Amino acid sequence: MGAMNTALKNPIDVGLFATCLVDLMRPSVGFAAARLLERAGCTLHVPEAQTCCGQPAYNSGDNTDARNLAVNVIAAFEGFDYVVAPSGSCAAMIRHHYPALFEGDATMTARCQSLSNKTHELLSFLTDIMGVTEFEAEFEATATYHDSCSGLREMGIREQPRALMAAVKGLELRESGEAQSCCGFGGLFSVKYPEVSGRIVDAKSDAIEATGAETLLGGDLGCLMNMSGRLRARGSAIKTRHLAEVLAGTAPETPAIGEEGDKD
Amino acid sequence: MRSTTRNFVDNAARGLADDKLQAALGRLSQGFPVKRLETISRLPEFEQLRDDAIAIKRHTLENLDSYLERYEENAKVSGAHVHWARDGDDAREIILGICRDAGAKTVTKGKSMVSEEIGINEFLADNGVEPIETDLGEYIIQLRDEPPSHIIAPAIHLSGAQVADTFKESHDELDADRDLSEPRTLLEEARAILRKKFLAADVGITGANMLIAETGTSVIVTNEGNGDLTQTLPKTHIVIASIEKVVPTLEDAATILRILARSATGQDITVYTTYSTGPKRADDLDGPENYHVVILDNGRSSLLGGEFEDMLRCIKCAACLNHCPVYKAIGGHAYGWVYSGPMGAVLAPALLGLGETHHLPSASSLCGRCQDVCPMRIPLPRLLRQWRRRWFETGGEDTKTRLGLAAWAFLAKRPALYRPLMAIGTSVLKLCGGGGRRFPILPRPEGGSFVDQWKRGKR
Repeated sequence: MGAMNTALKNPIDVGLFATCLVDLMRPSVGFAAARLLERAGCTLHVPEAQTCCGQPAYNSGDNTDARNLAVNVIAAFEGFDYVVAPSGSCAAMIRHHYPALFEGDATMTARCQSLSNKTHELLSFLTDIMGVTEFEAEFEATATYHDSCSGLREMGIREQPRALMAAVKGLELRESGEAQSCCGFGGLFSVKYPEVSGRIVDAKSDAIEATGAETLLGGDLGCLMNMSGRLRARGSAIKTRHLAEVLAGTAPETPAIGEEGDKD
Repeated sequence: MRSTTRNFVDNAARGLADDKLQAALGRLSQGFPVKRLETISRLPEFEQLRDDAIAIKRHTLENLDSYLERYEENAKVSGAHVHWARDGDDAREIILGICRDAGAKTVTKGKSMVSEEIGINEFLADNGVEPIETDLGEYIIQLRDEPPSHIIAPAIHLSGAQVADTFKESHDELDADRDLSEPRTLLEEARAILRKKFLAADVGITGANMLIAETGTSVIVTNEGNGDLTQTLPKTHIVIASIEKVVPTLEDAATILRILARSATGQDITVYTTYSTGPKRADDLDGPENYHVVILDNGRSSLLGGEFEDMLRCIKCAACLNHCPVYKAIGGHAYGWVYSGPMGAVLAPALLGLGETHHLPSASSLCGRCQDVCPMRIPLPRLLRQWRRRWFETGGEDTKTRLGLAAWAFLAKRPALYRPLMAIGTSVLKLCGGGGRRFPILPRPEGGSFVDQWKRGKR
């Protein structure tokens, strides 16, 4: 990787918040993120106390549990220079929604604010903070990209992943007119209203298939699992991956999401 | 109008299974949103206008009582009768009273969602006054005895062929073999029939897109001209408007008009923008002899100063419906009441209570597109979450979700317990090969946890 941001302190201590889905379902995204951050010059920390950012509770109106989980995350991560998550929605939860959970509690609000300010989504952290512009990465495929809603609308992530993809040798991006349309996941929404969610991901799958791309890339595992599940159920051969896998060069050794293959 | 919002899940299933509706929703996606983008791209100051309009609304809501009173004073000066209606019952009685005083047999109506909210058509009909909708979409759904499925395009769920069938069934005095395959012929047939109704009506009822305090004027925006005929031809004109429609000045109204049609239909401005101030004056050529304004609260004032006040900025443009993945999947009828899409999912609980409407705030992926396109930048996802929080805190959430969340949160707060248990869980899921057909979203996990493997030194 090239063109580092030299104005940063050395070493830069980064706490990697893997997110519960990456931690449990697809650790390879965590390793890819770690590789990218270390290559960019960060000193990486993976706190064992991390579990989940609390979105399922928060988005269900259960603010008490959301607050309790937020306290865990704050305690585990507040010591680092930056907190980075390979997910726009978990990063947005910490950055934009934690402060609202502690209204009226000055001490927690201050701790929250301090953490919020240094919390970033992985891809935008690499470009915007670390100044990464070049990669060794190669990925011979046509791909289309899904802009996950929280990342796009709450974190302003749109150009960053495209800039990174442009630096990958062999990768041909085929934009979908519906790249910014929701995939219908929405966490518990997809559990509580599966038929409605299913119709939305069907429409999304139509748009993805229409691009003719071989691979679907994105920056949020929840959305990617949702779209991959539907695409596979429809018999589509499109492979779904987190962009970090492509950038870190771990894609060749890792089956795409939902693909068979035992790498243990 | 009676709500069926309680049955949201069944309503939504019906919408998903309705092929004609699905085709109509597909056409909607290619219409309004595309035109909206085109028109706002031609207006560099669009974002500034949004900010200006928000400032106007915020200021007005902070001083709503005094602007409503100023509106009333100025409307009275021009000869208007102003009536205050606390709720739907009040409004219905007031309107019926005016119709009776006018000796009304038939009433023509311009499109008004507030009139749908209070169910005025059914009430008038039950009391011997025939209401006739004159907006083409409203006319069609009145013939079909259906509620509106969209706040600006009430018959958007229908195809031209369905409308032709409805006309042939309803207009049975006309030649049964006539050709209604072209939209133009449908329009002409409705126009010919409605023309007679306009001329015969004793009272005309319209809504209002805005009430202007400094002049006592009401404003409607329409594309068909039916609103003008409704309010100028009969001897009596009744305006029904909810309290948040007031704006301080003509200048303010102009600012809001510049974003309204652009956000709604993607027009720079609607075909007609009509200002009416009081009854016909001595030297006016046209206009009603009696001019009444019914100002409806119906629960809105309880939102002032609270966590849902932002919703009162809504100018009913429907941009949030047109861009909502949930609305576009299920259509407006699934929401079970007058207001649909994200704005409906926030407003309906405020007006009907959460017991009836709790599904609406939950049935959202919180994708945030509604907030992006809302000309008033209403934080709709935040407001939806707030309803979810109230529902959860009052013990409304269903037991399965509640227990599931509690168990998961209990573990997630205790990493030392969470890690080994989740390791077992993912191993089992891996053995099963993932969630299978029932839960296609769950792929076969790769195996092991990232955090555990990292701790053991794997890189």
